[in-house]
This record gives sequence, structure tokens and C-alpha cells, in this order.
Amino acid sequence: MSAGQLKAAITPARLLDENGRLVRGASKPDAEALLEGYRKLVFARRLNEQCGALVRQGRLAVYPSSRGQEACQVACASVLSDDDWLFPTYRDTAAIAARGVDPVEVLTLLRGDWHCGYDPNEHKVAPQATPLATQLLHAVGVAHAARLKGEDTVVMALCGDGATSEGDFHEACNFAAVFNAPVVFFVQNNKYAISVPLARQSVAPSLAAKAIGYGMPGFRVDGNDLPVLEKVLGEAVARARAGEGPTLVEADTYRVESHTNADDATRYRADDEVAEWLPRDPLLRVRTYLTSVGALDDAREQEIAAAAEEMAAAVRAGVGAETVVDPEEIFAHVYSTPTPQLAEQRAALRAELDAEEA
Amino acid sequence: MTAEKMTMAQAINAALRDAIAEDDSVVVFGEDVAQLGGVFRVTDGLHREFGESRVFDTPLAESGIVGMAVGMAMNGMRPVVEMQFDAFAYPAFEQIVSHVAKLGNRTRGKVRLPIVIRVPYAGGIGGVEHHCDSSEAYYAHTPGLTVVAPATNADAYGLLRAAIAGSDPVVFLEPKKHYFAREEVDVAVPVPPIGRAVVRRPGKDATLIAYGPSVPVALAAAEQAATEGRDLGVVDLRSIVPFDDETVCAEVRRTGRAVVIAEAPGFASVASEIAARVGERCFHHLEAPVRRVTGFDVPYPAPKLEHHFLPGVDRVLDAVDTLQWEDAA
Repeated sequence: MSAGQLKAAITPARLLDENGRLVRGASKPDAEALLEGYRKLVFARRLNEQCGALVRQGRLAVYPSSRGQEACQVACASVLSDDDWLFPTYRDTAAIAARGVDPVEVLTLLRGDWHCGYDPNEHKVAPQATPLATQLLHAVGVAHAARLKGEDTVVMALCGDGATSEGDFHEACNFAAVFNAPVVFFVQNNKYAISVPLARQSVAPSLAAKAIGYGMPGFRVDGNDLPVLEKVLGEAVARARAGEGPTLVEADTYRVESHTNADDATRYRADDEVAEWLPRDPLLRVRTYLTSVGALDDAREQEIAAAAEEMAAAVRAGVGAETVVDPEEIFAHVYSTPTPQLAEQRAALRAELDAEEA
Repeated sequence: MTAEKMTMAQAINAALRDAIAEDDSVVVFGEDVAQLGGVFRVTDGLHREFGESRVFDTPLAESGIVGMAVGMAMNGMRPVVEMQFDAFAYPAFEQIVSHVAKLGNRTRGKVRLPIVIRVPYAGGIGGVEHHCDSSEAYYAHTPGLTVVAPATNADAYGLLRAAIAGSDPVVFLEPKKHYFAREEVDVAVPVPPIGRAVVRRPGKDATLIAYGPSVPVALAAAEQAATEGRDLGVVDLRSIVPFDDETVCAEVRRTGRAVVIAEAPGFASVASEIAARVGERCFHHLEAPVRRVTGFDVPYPAPKLEHHFLPGVDRVLDAVDTLQWEDAA
């Protein structure tokens, strides 16, 4: 463990500062690529806003927003190839959409139709994990199986700061390191696990510093800085693909909204604290930078906004469309072939429904 | 003639060897399963024969083992994992209950998990605390899990082959007391289907219903009863989930009397479920209430006390004696 490695795990790396200026020594990002990133940021923000509105209208049961974390959401998806896997949590709807999954399919869960609305194999996106940190072990399993099969798949495994307190976080990091599995653990440290602040989760120098104990590289980055996220996550993916094993990346970011719409963050944090983070907005700094280098003008901005609006309209229409849920489906997928007991129970429910209809 | 004498540990070993040899996607892993061959030597020689990519040791973490199995199954593998002892599987409980059991349902069948979780289980070996639990009710209570408990060495081979070949997750409960008992096993006979019970002994006076380590107890009790002029039948469930109502009820309707035998504490147990099912489905055929002979509702006792806890032949026959024979013609 060199002093440089320790510093990389503790001091957040940054390429684009809060004022949209490149930090000293940073090489100029590719403007076209960054413009594409900006477009995805705008889409992610619009999706967060749209989902919040759908909850208020009673169309979604609840929505855990990633507002303020959009750079993390976009970066973790954009560094993956089609054959790679993404293991998201309940707060990563925007990341799944950035991966290319139809948001309406993703929102099947929160609309209450079924527990997962997309085909994980089609998109190489695991179902959104509701229990904390359990999915990290699944990510290690997918990655280890890929290595055994001689495939160069990389797995991006997401969790938050609270999940790093769970035993499965430890087991996943340790297993990945021991088996040299091609996994990138990406912790979005948004400072809160519902109401409990980071200081009650960990007194480690950083969450990325935990990597040292597992014998893998750890990096802490400014989680509201899209270029640095794409660089560090991209390098971690490349190392994993080259057979150099797992990496732990911690994004220093902030959950701007409450845990979900059912939560009231004013009970446990001051408005001043939120106000301090707002100028560090991940969209703002990319917009400022792109404008300053002439890559973004009003016309382009309007075109992006219009496209995001179109996406939001499609989400409204899709989520708003009446869906028919089939009561008998609750028996259909429990086993590949329903047991005799489930067949019996299904028939009993059918009889109940027939009696109601009669 | 393919039958040969082997222990249950050897029968399971043969099932694993044959499965690994036949299907490239089968992998075996867990604690001490590679170099050592498992603390019960069930995986003996497999690492040497098939190498590190097929049979490997993991860090000592059961949630990690099962969680990794979930991911490997998502990526096309058929993991067979070993939990070293029944009570050491509890750290994996969340993975088993929240993911292994539910991922198929969660994804509307898009993702199936062909995982076998092997659990050396139950008592009778003089083991210290945490080494003798009968944990089947936890798993049987969880929709999505198939729960299999072989009682014979031949079934240990055949049911394990069926479990590995299937597309759903199976908790495979191995009665560790019988690991080193030798019996005839014919690996060439067709693999028995999971979900079907078998009548081990026909009987016309009463039916003993058992699974796993309680089947030999039931057979010994029936043997003893025969010398006293009572003809007891024995049904071996083989699998707890799916449960074979058909075979069990057919036998009980024939005899009109039933005793369920299991080592686990009786309260809220698999034995209780069986008694309730038989009561509901066979009521008009019953000459007496269904009796349960189970472990007491206490933590598994220390080695010098376990024989007081385990359902034995005498306790089974005492229960049979209470089945209202005075009303019999």
C-alpha cells in the first residue's frame, strides 16, 4: 500500500469543479462524448422529476429518487459494454434507464404490477435489489462464472453508504478479491441511509479505504463530476476485463431529496446542509463547462430538453396506461412447474373469483 | 449388475462425480470441500479429479457461498454448494429466503436458479451444539424452495442427481447419522422424480409417515410391531416440498391410522403440517387422531442427553398404542 494508493482511496478525485472549470492538470474531455453524457444527465434528472410527479398523482406507490446523484447513475451505465452486467438497487432507476431499459418496464415494480418488469437476461441488468448488499454477492457470482467460462464480462455492482455496514458487503468484497473476480463495486455515498447519517455507518477514513483491507484498489471520487466518474469507473472496468480483479469506487455525492416520497428529511437534516450541496449539482457544472467551450448553445439545450420531455411523456403514458394484473399469476412462477399444492390453491382462488363474478 | 455396497457419503460423492462429468455447468463449492474433501469426506477426490474450476474452496462465509451461487446460476452454471452443518447454514438464510427462493418468481420465470444447497442435517452423532439441528421447517415454509430429504443411500444418489438436473433450487437435507452406513446402491436405476413419496413397507393396521433419518426408525418400529402382531406400513416422503399428498393419503385411508415421525421440535413443524393435511383430507377414514412423534420443543440437547430427545422405536410404538385400538373390530 503506497501513500499514493491511500490518498486515492481517501481524497476525492475530480476533473470538473463546481464552477464547471477543469481542475489543474486535467486533460480536456472529448466535447462530443461529454455532450452525450450531458444529454443522459438531463434525461436522468427528468426521469427523477417525472417519477416524483407520478407518485404524487398516485400512479406509483413510492419512488426513491436519485436527484443529485445523476452523474453516478449515468457514469456507471455508460462505462459498460453490452455483454457486461449491471446490479442496481432500488434507487438506481435512472442508471437502468441509462443502460437502455425502458423506464416504464423498470417502474413495473413501483407501480405495483410485479416485482420486476424487465427481462434481466435481455438487458444484462439484475432486478433492482431491495434488501441491502445482497446483490453484491450475486454480482460476484456472475463475474466468477464468466471467468470460468472464459468470457470477458465485467459486472458493475451498485450500493449505497448504508449497505457498506451489511455483512454481505464484506463477504462480496472479500470473495471478489479472493477469486480475482471482474467486479466493480460502486458505492454511491449519498450521506444518508434513510435518516441515519454516514457518521453512524462508519468512522473509516473513507468507504473506498475499506478496499485496502480486501487487497483491492479503492478510489474515492467527486460523485457529482461526470468526467471523473467515467474515467475512474472506466479504468476499473478495463482492469477487471484485463483479469486484474475487482475495484471499489466510492462516489462522494448527496441525496438531495428524502429517502422516498414517504420520508420526511426535515426531521433529521437541516435545510442549510441541503442548500450547501445544491451548487454542486452534477448537471450544472457540465452545462457550464460545455457552454464555456462552445459545445452547448441554446438551440442544442432546447433540443435536449425537448427530447427529455418526450421521454417523460412516454413514461407518463406508459405508467398511466391501465394494466391488467392476473390474480392467478401469483402461482405461475414460484416453481418451473407448479406443485400439486399450488395447482390446488390456484383452482381455489379461481373458484372464489368465479363466484364473485357470478 | 451395477449395484454395489456403498455408504451414503459415497453415494452422494458418486452423484456429484457423475453430475460434474456429464454436465460442464455443474460446479461444487463450499468450505473444506476441495483439498480436504469435506468434513464428512462427501466431496472426497472431486477436486483432484475435476480441478479448481469445477470444485473449489471458498472463504468461510455461508451467505457469500449461497449469494455467489445465485450469481453463478444467473450466468448459466449449476452450483452445488455445501453448508458444513445444519446450523452453519443460518448466515445464508437471507440469501436462501429472499433470493434463492424468490428470484424465479420475481422475474416471472425469466431467471431460474438451478442451485442445490446440500445440508448435512439432524442429530444422532453426539455432536456439540449447532451440529445437530433439524432445520427443514424453515425451508419448507419458504415458497419457491424444493426440500428433499433422502433416507436411503440409493435415494441419496438418485434424488441428488434429480436435484442437480432440475431447474429450481433445492435444499438437500442429508441425514448425517447415516453418512457411513453401507447399503446396496444401483446407480443405473432411473433417477426418482422429486415430489413422489414411496411406500417402504406396506401395512394394513396403521401408517408410519417419515422422512430422512426417521425412516429407519419407522422401519425398525414396524419390524418390532410385526413380532407383536401389528402390521404397520411405512411411507418415506423423500421430498417434503413438493409434498406427495396422494401417496400419503392413499396409505392412511387404507389403514385408518397414522403416526408422523420427525426429529425436529414438533411445534409449528413439518410433522404438524403433515398431521394437519392428513386430518383434513382423510378425516372420514380415520379411526383415531393422527399422532406426531417428534423432538421436544427444546434446543437440541448436549450429546449425553440426545437419546432422550430423539424419537426412537419405543416412543413410536407407544404412540401407535394410543390409536384407539379398543374400537377396532
